[in-house]
Amino acid sequence: MHSTNYVIMFILALTSLVAVGLTTLREVTYETAEMNKAIFNKREVIKAVADFIGLEEGQKVGDLSDERVLEIFNNDVKQVVVDMDGNVVDQQTVNGIYKGGLAEHIDMSKEKKKDEKERLLPLYMFSKDGKTKYIVSVIGSGLWDEIWGNIAIEGDLNTVVGASFDHKGETPGLGAEIKDNPSFAAKFKGKKIYNDGMMALNVRKGGAKDMTYDVDGISGATVTADGVTEMLQRGIKYYNPYFSKIKSSGK
Amino acid sequence: MAETAVAEKAAVKAEPLFGKKEKKLITDPLGDNNPITIQVLGICSALAVTSLVVPSLVMSVAVVFVCAFSSLFTSLIRTKIPKQVRMIVMLVIIATLVTVVELMLKYLNYPIYKQLSVYIGLIITNCIVMGRLEAFAMANKPWRSFLDGIGNGLGYGVILVAIAIIRELFGKGTLFAGSAVEMNIIGANNGIVEYWINTAAESGIGSWFSWYANNNLMVLPAAAMFIIGIMIWIQRSYRSHLVDIS
Repeated sequence: MHSTNYVIMFILALTSLVAVGLTTLREVTYETAEMNKAIFNKREVIKAVADFIGLEEGQKVGDLSDERVLEIFNNDVKQVVVDMDGNVVDQQTVNGIYKGGLAEHIDMSKEKKKDEKERLLPLYMFSKDGKTKYIVSVIGSGLWDEIWGNIAIEGDLNTVVGASFDHKGETPGLGAEIKDNPSFAAKFKGKKIYNDGMMALNVRKGGAKDMTYDVDGISGATVTADGVTEMLQRGIKYYNPYFSKIKSSGK
Repeated sequence: MAETAVAEKAAVKAEPLFGKKEKKLITDPLGDNNPITIQVLGICSALAVTSLVVPSLVMSVAVVFVCAFSSLFTSLIRTKIPKQVRMIVMLVIIATLVTVVELMLKYLNYPIYKQLSVYIGLIITNCIVMGRLEAFAMANKPWRSFLDGIGNGLGYGVILVAIAIIRELFGKGTLFAGSAVEMNIIGANNGIVEYWINTAAESGIGSWFSWYANNNLMVLPAAAMFIIGIMIWIQRSYRSHLVDIS
């Protein structure tokens, strides 16, 4: 048996050694990791408009080089931050909360914890050949943890033209299919969001009934699919004030 | 530290670097002393990650890394570790290595990190790592502990990938889904999988088995429990000395 002093000294020495080592490693890798993260997020946004960025046959957004992703994002995507009343929030105000102050810097899971009235909403506008598509970011809850997605909406602000989903910890092979199986996100293409002003887009268990608004669910992943429906209906509704401003401004 | 380094040098001289005993440390966990089927350790993660092959593979590689190096480091300082707090010391070592894996993945390949972040955290709770440190690394020299770590990591990985192949094949009709070498082996027709069917039909293999409907039981964790049970049954009926008659 070792003396108590020895035990305390040993643990202190070990933990400080580990702490210094890990901190150093984190500091060294931090900048590259942050850049990787930024490119990853930009790629996620672009995935929603994958049909319009001029991919070659059989190519996926995931195969694009980092440089190409940055090029598309810098040239074709404009980003704004809007609040729940539909007003555009300027970069300086956002900068006070998220370093950088652009829509891409917004941490959706932090926004999810805020009061509904105070949330900031990132909005991306993808313009190519004179046509604008709006990409909204939504976040909700799946079975185990958060799920989120980017939905690309046509200029009429009603037709979905693309979607991408991701999750933190859904079951592989079941809930995780929202991300792993590209056919799930593809099913959203062409669906309408509003029916007579009401949110109608949804994921239906047991197969789509109304082809205008319904998307096939995933068998064995009812909770995740319900989470996707809830996330879409609530998340897109947040943008309604801003969308009605665009519409009334005659665009 | 100096003492252990000297002791280690002497050990290398006295024992061959890769003799019969060392080889046994690697091969034993693959067969007669398998961490999952014989020691029955690490079952929880075996149930959780095995519904697809690719996450199982990466999980196995990560466990081999963590198992090997935590054994090595624990063995290096084993004479200095106070016995009262040895579990805590082991946990610190394991958690450090897991954090290193996480940081390096973030640095080198962010998409893979995103895909696996949940599982990487799970390694800390994997009882194989802790079990081997307590049972082997605390009482053996560094090189052998390192080999023992690799062996047990591999023994875990082999079973993990075997279960994942069965589950993914019969649960989803594919192999290596989500990676570059994705294969569609047997057809499926439960609505959402049209995408897999189309690619399967193109490759020509799937059309032979297009009558196959996915077995949803295989996707659930319970299937892994059945498969592990059957594996244990088969292994013990062939190797009767493994059966504990008492």
